[in-house]
Amino acid sequence: MPNHVILRVVAKVLIPVITLFALYVQFHGEYGPGGGFQAGTIMAAGLILHVLIFGQRVTRKMISLRVLRMLGACGVLIYASVGVTAMLNGGRFLDYNVLAATPTGGQHLGIIVIELGVGLTVATTLLALIYIFIERIRSSD
Amino acid sequence: MEHLQILIVLIPLLCAPICVLLPGGRLPWALATLAAWTTLVLALLLLGRIESEGVLSYALGNWAPPIGIEYRLDYANGLVQLLLATVASVVLPYSYRSARREIDNDRQPGFYAALMLLFAGLMGITATGDAFNVFVFLEISSLSTYALLALGRDRRALTSAFRYLIMGTVGATFFLIGVGLLYAMTGTLNMADLAERLPAVAGTRTMDTAVAFLVVGICLKLALFPLHLWLPNAYTYAPSAVTAMVAAISTKVMVYVLIRFLYTVLGADYSFGQLPLAQVLMVLAVIGMLTASAVALNQPNAKRLLAYSSIAQVGYMVLGLSLASTLGLTASLLHMFNHGLIKGALFLALGCVFFRVGSTDVERLRGLGRAMPWTMAAFVAGGLSLIGVPLTVGFVSKWYLVLAALDQGWWALVIAILISSLLSVAYIWRLVEIAYFQPSPSRDITREAPLALLIPTWILVLANFWFGIDTRLTVGVAEQAAAALLGVGP
Repeated sequence: MPNHVILRVVAKVLIPVITLFALYVQFHGEYGPGGGFQAGTIMAAGLILHVLIFGQRVTRKMISLRVLRMLGACGVLIYASVGVTAMLNGGRFLDYNVLAATPTGGQHLGIIVIELGVGLTVATTLLALIYIFIERIRSSD
Repeated sequence: MEHLQILIVLIPLLCAPICVLLPGGRLPWALATLAAWTTLVLALLLLGRIESEGVLSYALGNWAPPIGIEYRLDYANGLVQLLLATVASVVLPYSYRSARREIDNDRQPGFYAALMLLFAGLMGITATGDAFNVFVFLEISSLSTYALLALGRDRRALTSAFRYLIMGTVGATFFLIGVGLLYAMTGTLNMADLAERLPAVAGTRTMDTAVAFLVVGICLKLALFPLHLWLPNAYTYAPSAVTAMVAAISTKVMVYVLIRFLYTVLGADYSFGQLPLAQVLMVLAVIGMLTASAVALNQPNAKRLLAYSSIAQVGYMVLGLSLASTLGLTASLLHMFNHGLIKGALFLALGCVFFRVGSTDVERLRGLGRAMPWTMAAFVAGGLSLIGVPLTVGFVSKWYLVLAALDQGWWALVIAILISSLLSVAYIWRLVEIAYFQPSPSRDITREAPLALLIPTWILVLANFWFGIDTRLTVGVAEQAAAALLGVGP
């Protein structure tokens, strides 16, 4: 939709706000409703809006499918590494208490890093799905 | 050392994303193979620890059960984990050459990642002592199976994977509804805790509904007759290594889940005493044994033939567990392990055929006895084990099954087992006759499969004989597991 000026302008205003809101949900998930999964979908919604308005070729220049796959795998690794770090620190798998000096600090740190991993994987996977669907529709035309 | 229990699930699970990050096909394969071998060592260590320390328990995140997720290991899941690790450590070395032939190059990292996810999911199902956690791992393994089945070169692989996706999702959803109802009645998801609290609410209509959903859901996934329709196509069109892996371990793990829920969570008294589950499962198992074997007789494709035979073999396992006796349960657990070895070996041999011939149509097997002597010898040896010839694992488990049936005076069952075995003689013989006694139609000579494929195949074949002669490990573990499940053992 390259010729729709209104859509383009509105999208340019909306996408940063959506991304900011995603980050808010991501980092506020500890205290209020939200967390990595929700933040990831909101982040992906912003990027999908970008795909819809500016075309996937432009979005792909920013983030390619290859990078998305890598980031998705990294998200899982971030999640798992928290569990493994806890084991290396003498606790059990995913025992946040031993991650920092105090158990409370450990719980904070653990859940924030875990949710980062979740958010990263959810956002990248959703965007990758959209890329693949669009490719399929193009190639079947 | 207490971390072994989680590591056996964690190592393959961690390997999956790393496989995606690695380039090409060789590095992901090497990593996945290494992971499989590590889990084999862990499984053996864990079995040793069960022997010395009894039931092992591990609290995830240090949240004590029943609040947190507990990993709980006794002889029953120790045996299944050993089977999973053994099959994976043989199939993964095999998969390198086979996957390079059958799967596009850029899909290789994803292929190994999915294979590791499938393995981790199945490992997780056996490791956990939490009913909901079983569902989570069930989804992990199922989703990766759908992707793996769809990777086959034949375009029919896509429709068969889609059909399995629909059936598998129905099964998993039924299972989840069942677990949800159990949770509604008791307020807990920990299996041991559920077992304690369920007798108080036994006999209510909610409980009966929960059991119905659970049993139907699990039976869909383990392909018990008449819920088996997804299985033949799924096995036939998948890549060779995937078929070997899925056929050898996926349905077995679901048999384990059925045993765990019927015996540990619900208790044998409730599921077989108050509910007519024994009769229902027994009838379906016997019909499955006979009809699937009969259908296998006439299949045009060797992989499809073995797929039907798998449905019949699942019948044996379910028959054993439906007897609700120590002997029957021993036979069921034994056959789970043994049939994993048998079907693994047979499908790997067919993978060798596919590697050289490019098809597993029965017609294309002509003359292969001469062209590929080692491959076909492996197939015949696996076939003998499937039939249940003495000195093979197939004989051991059928022997125990017959003993269990006789113990309760079920002569009719013994006859059904014998008829089904005779049918398996017939369908294996049909393939042997075509491969050995019919001349090759074309002049071009098919070469023997490469050693990279033959060695893993023969390792599984020899395991068939090893565990058929030296039954101390398998029978010992299965007997203790059965005693513990029925609550008569230590």
